[in-house]
Amino acid sequence: MDHDATADINSPHSMGTTIIGVTYNGGVILGADSRTSTGLYVANRASDKITQLTDNVYICRSGSAADSQIVSDYVRYFLHQHTIQLGQPATVKVAANLVRLLSYSNKNMLQTGIIVGGWDKYEGGKIYGIPLGGTIIEQPFAIGGSGSSYLYGFFDQAWKDNMTKEEAEELVVKAVSLAIARDGASGGVVRTVIINSEGVTRNFYPGDKLPLWHDEVEAHDSLLDILNASEPMSI
Amino acid sequence: MEEVPKTGFSFDLCRRNDMLSKKGLKSPGFLKTGTTIVGLIFQDGVILGADTRATEGPIVADKNCEKIHYMAPNIYCCGAGTAADTEAVTDNISSQLKLHRYHTGRESRVVTALTLLKSHLFRYQGHVSAALVLGGVDVTGPHLHTIYPHGSTDTLPYATMGSGSLAAMAIFESEYREGLTRDEGINLVTKAICSGIFNDLGSGSNVDVCVIEKGKKEYLRNHLTPNPRTYISSRGYTFSKKAEVLLTKITPLKEVVDVIEVGGDAMEE
Repeated sequence: MDHDATADINSPHSMGTTIIGVTYNGGVILGADSRTSTGLYVANRASDKITQLTDNVYICRSGSAADSQIVSDYVRYFLHQHTIQLGQPATVKVAANLVRLLSYSNKNMLQTGIIVGGWDKYEGGKIYGIPLGGTIIEQPFAIGGSGSSYLYGFFDQAWKDNMTKEEAEELVVKAVSLAIARDGASGGVVRTVIINSEGVTRNFYPGDKLPLWHDEVEAHDSLLDILNASEPMSI
Repeated sequence: MEEVPKTGFSFDLCRRNDMLSKKGLKSPGFLKTGTTIVGLIFQDGVILGADTRATEGPIVADKNCEKIHYMAPNIYCCGAGTAADTEAVTDNISSQLKLHRYHTGRESRVVTALTLLKSHLFRYQGHVSAALVLGGVDVTGPHLHTIYPHGSTDTLPYATMGSGSLAAMAIFESEYREGLTRDEGINLVTKAICSGIFNDLGSGSNVDVCVIEKGKKEYLRNHLTPNPRTYISSRGYTFSKKAEVLLTKITPLKEVVDVIEVGGDAMEE
């Protein structure tokens, strides 16, 4: 028990992560990978880092899993009360500011970076980035998590204003898969959430549906499946 | 200038303990469960499994402890980490759930237990060392969650926790499918726990299984005992030759109590 081959499975649960939020003409698209790690072990290879706050506002969580879950729970609760008092759906700006208030006032104890994205009837699609420390910054696109380091240059080159929904989703999936290829703490599948005036659409891209990058090999059927198959399989 | 009293949990004693251990004071040992705990969702509900070894450093303190804790008639929780912490936190939340059931008049839901557990663990910032696998069936269907000591949770179709989690997860990842039958599920859980028992030093002894379905549950204590005591001395226990036995008195600990009905008067206010 002293020799810890798993390299500290008692580390706090953190989301290595790549999270992205982009605006397009008509709404926003949020994207994320699905890996949650404790030290060097992948605790959950299919986690959902895009969490719902209200019908029209979602957030991407990164950093400490516990801290980001608690913050999103509190903000969902406050937003719910706010919606009841206001009498109409909350705006993305209010949601983002509630996240900011919690993150900033508890900055010494929290370790979580959040991207808030949604659609409301006043401002349309909006993305707000709230990194460690609790600043709030409204951006046309935002990236976060350990995998985002590999995407700054990519977005400088590939980002265009006023994209269509298809272009924007392609960009998000491409970006997350590039980060997964290079960042050890990101992996699994790519999840996207599209929010616009019509509503919310969730999409799921398993590993073998993602584009292949430099030196990556095509997915094969696993040896386990081939050995257990009842009839001959093709590779 | 008067100090404003701080709200929230005070971690002063934790800091004191850290300072003392740095100075060289050996902190009291505590019972850890080492452990392999698993859970999986099958076609009719949830199956939980656990090994039964409790360790105190390198020594096995309990060869047959119970790691599957009762939370509600339809919800059970496996616990890994410090034995006192898992026991206390599951007992506490089990009581809170019972009061909630009295208050609402309804069967407890798994997400209620989940929220109570995660808020408790988050408040203590990871110092309550309890890693849990929570499973149950309620009106909304079967649920399985993992809860980490810092308060984060995951919702999964199959999960493993504890020092033997890697060995058990290897079994699940190669053999789990959706829509397992009850027997297939029990076999897979048993296989995963055995993998932990035989490959992880912190887990051992027997396999406990708990099957929860809609409206019923089955707690299979010591479902499998792959580590029986191999040699038992045929002589039994005898006192050493130097001791002279003067008197032998055997007192049964459980006394049988006779209930005598007197009159049968009605209770009066």
